[in-house]
Amino acid sequence: MEKKTASPLRSLGVGLAALATLVIFAYGFEITQIDLQELQSEERQTSLVRVLRALAQPELIEYEQDEQAITSPVYVGCPDDGGVPEAPDTAEASGTYLVINPLCAEPLEAVQVEGFGFFPHSRGPVRFVPGSDPANTVQLGRDVALTDAEGHFVVSIVLPNRPSDEPQFIRATMRRNVGAPRFTQTAKDTWDKIVETVFLALLATTLGTALAIPVSFMAARNLMKGVRSPLASIALSALGWPAGMAAGVLVTGLIGRFSASLATNPLANIAGLVIAPAAVWGLTRWAMPAEETRRPGRGLRYARGAGLLAAVLLGFFTILQLAELTSTISLAIRPALGPFGFLAGFLFQVSDILRISTPVAGALASGGVVGGALGRVGQRLAERGSVTAVKPINVLLSAVAGATILFLAGWAVEWLYEIGRPEYTIWAPLGAGAGLGALLALLTPAKATLPIGLVLYTITRTILNTLRSVEALVMAIVFVIAVGIGPFAGVMALGLHTIVSLAKLYSEQVESILPGPLEAITATGANRLQTIIYAVVPQIVPPYISYTMYRWDINVRMSTIIGFVGGGGIGFLLLQNINLLNYRAASAQMIAIAVVVGAMDYLSSVMREKYV
Amino acid sequence: MLKIENLTKIYEPGGVLALDNVSFEVPDGQFLAVIGLSGSGKSTLLRCINRLIEPTSGHIYLDGEDITSLNPEQMRRVQRRIGMVFQHFNLVSRSSVLTNVLAGRLGYVNPAWSLMNRFPKEDMEKARRQLERVGISDKAMQRADALSGGQQQRVGIARALMQDPTLILADEPVASLDPVLAHSIMKYLEDINEKDGVTVLCSLHFLDIVHRYADRVIALNEGRVVFEGLPSEIDDKKFKDIYGRDAERVG
Repeated sequence: MEKKTASPLRSLGVGLAALATLVIFAYGFEITQIDLQELQSEERQTSLVRVLRALAQPELIEYEQDEQAITSPVYVGCPDDGGVPEAPDTAEASGTYLVINPLCAEPLEAVQVEGFGFFPHSRGPVRFVPGSDPANTVQLGRDVALTDAEGHFVVSIVLPNRPSDEPQFIRATMRRNVGAPRFTQTAKDTWDKIVETVFLALLATTLGTALAIPVSFMAARNLMKGVRSPLASIALSALGWPAGMAAGVLVTGLIGRFSASLATNPLANIAGLVIAPAAVWGLTRWAMPAEETRRPGRGLRYARGAGLLAAVLLGFFTILQLAELTSTISLAIRPALGPFGFLAGFLFQVSDILRISTPVAGALASGGVVGGALGRVGQRLAERGSVTAVKPINVLLSAVAGATILFLAGWAVEWLYEIGRPEYTIWAPLGAGAGLGALLALLTPAKATLPIGLVLYTITRTILNTLRSVEALVMAIVFVIAVGIGPFAGVMALGLHTIVSLAKLYSEQVESILPGPLEAITATGANRLQTIIYAVVPQIVPPYISYTMYRWDINVRMSTIIGFVGGGGIGFLLLQNINLLNYRAASAQMIAIAVVVGAMDYLSSVMREKYV
Repeated sequence: MLKIENLTKIYEPGGVLALDNVSFEVPDGQFLAVIGLSGSGKSTLLRCINRLIEPTSGHIYLDGEDITSLNPEQMRRVQRRIGMVFQHFNLVSRSSVLTNVLAGRLGYVNPAWSLMNRFPKEDMEKARRQLERVGISDKAMQRADALSGGQQQRVGIARALMQDPTLILADEPVASLDPVLAHSIMKYLEDINEKDGVTVLCSLHFLDIVHRYADRVIALNEGRVVFEGLPSEIDDKKFKDIYGRDAERVG
């Protein structure tokens, strides 16, 4: 072991490091404008005290109030004749009166105000009423009076600088609560918004989790690194995906139109809903036998493929028919449900979601099928063809695929920036893509397999990392523009952020699973998807649950402030009240947030203990 | 029949030579022991045979078919006939014993149904029969990690049996078990080898086990075959060739 010796050079180094630290912190103070003087200034302290007192009294409960207002004259500046005005004794008759002593005083002098015969234990302000403007009252510092059990109070107040020969007045307005307490409007609004907040977090978490799981497999190195394909297969698959997606959108659109026209007749709708699923069931049973030890003949395989295609199309038709039926039903039963009308509203939204998501699902399914099928064709080609035949085919396919990919990218750029110069945004990418594709094909041996899995992994990781660095609040601003102010924008923003951050965390869990079971399941001849379901999924269930809970906690917190930018939830109310300096209402919302966040924390820790 | 021809595996990056031009033949129904020091290439050899590890060069013929040239889809059809038993059992610990055993059928069943955890009735019955055969039918619904080591290895054997194998690759199946359990596990393999006529390739550490169960032995040292013959032919000189000059016989 090397022994550290105290050399002068070393001491100098330490000294310089300490000096540098000092300078950095000094500059940091300057930059962040740390100024304790400001904290000590009287002005700041008064407002701080005011805000803290308001925050301590959340506007949650209110009462009906009885009020007694008594006005009594006072002279600011004693009359020049020196005679002290007589105290009026009219008030004494009513039993409730003020005694002001002395009855006249110079401006900014203190007088003592004593009240008799008020409600016991009531409170209220004691204020100055100028003679010139009796409609207005002047607040006199801390002027709240409290009565004792006999309804008596004494306060000392400083007269304002408003000298006048005319009598001016002091008014005591004492109030007491009567009747049962009731929730304020603020409390009701807060309740509404806090419910919205919790559901916002719930939806964002569930949607985000559901979508993050498949993405996390794409972002896991240990699952992706073994995926290799020959170039012809990759190129054909890259062509197949966009073509298949376009076809999927087209076909689901056609099915949708047919389904909508059929559903104008409710009987036909119901008939469709009975026949189509039955056909789907029969077709899948026939086309997907449970177990086969021998590979069936070519004709049967094609027939089964056609059967499955029909089943999928009919499946989409069933879903759309279901959507039509639920929207018809929900519109019909909404008035009958009364307070449970939200259930009908939910049904209607579900049918809308089904209708909107069908083209997306259709595009993905069709893209996957066409891409996968063409990929297989490419695989066969690369295996069976001779090297001399495969090479030119590779060059051609790879050039076309490269051109297509860069063309689509260029088209997206053109659409985003409206450059309007097709030679740059369309033709140049087209040419460059073709050139790069051909170059790749020329440089790789004809039958070599390329690590497409690692490429997809890198792309997925890059997209995740980029999106993850955008805060959910910023995403919410974009979604507010896209779908309007309200909780929907918040759900979208939090949901998207949940997807990208959970996918990252999940994929790290997938990367740390034991390789043994994975190896064992692969050795049984299971395919990739089966291996994931049987060897990967059982291992990642506990960490996935744990991370989902963690994200749920974050989403509850985030949903309380996503309203700051218009994303719905309680944040909007809170921001509004803070801006209006309505701190007592803001305090109610802060308490609600604290209670909800605390309760959700507790709940998730209980669930964590139970299931993980 | 299994025939290995000039099999070489170099691990990249690093260029570690794990198998160096290995050739041998295994007739159907033979119990072949593969011995050698740790790191001599036993595991790599077994994993090359079902292509869990891609060999760098050479050929593997299974019943006359060159399986090194098959594409992944065709390879899966070969893999499902080759059972594999592992040193650390490699069960999915959070799944039930039954699910672990049924996983042996994954290469046969329709993938779409199996993704929903649905297996044909015949496979369920078959799984119960295999569990009965290895004597743990009462544990079917327990989680795999609730079982003891010996029981877990029996589940591993049942899983391999589900594949209707013609060949079983056993990678040090008893190395993490005590001697008594080791013999009980080896007896199951012997039983499968003798009654079902399944060819068994089994890498082993202990020579007494080799003598007791193996028909023939192959010894590897630094990736090369240094001995091939009957267990009884391993004399002191051969022993030193296999395990090095400093090794001493204890078994």
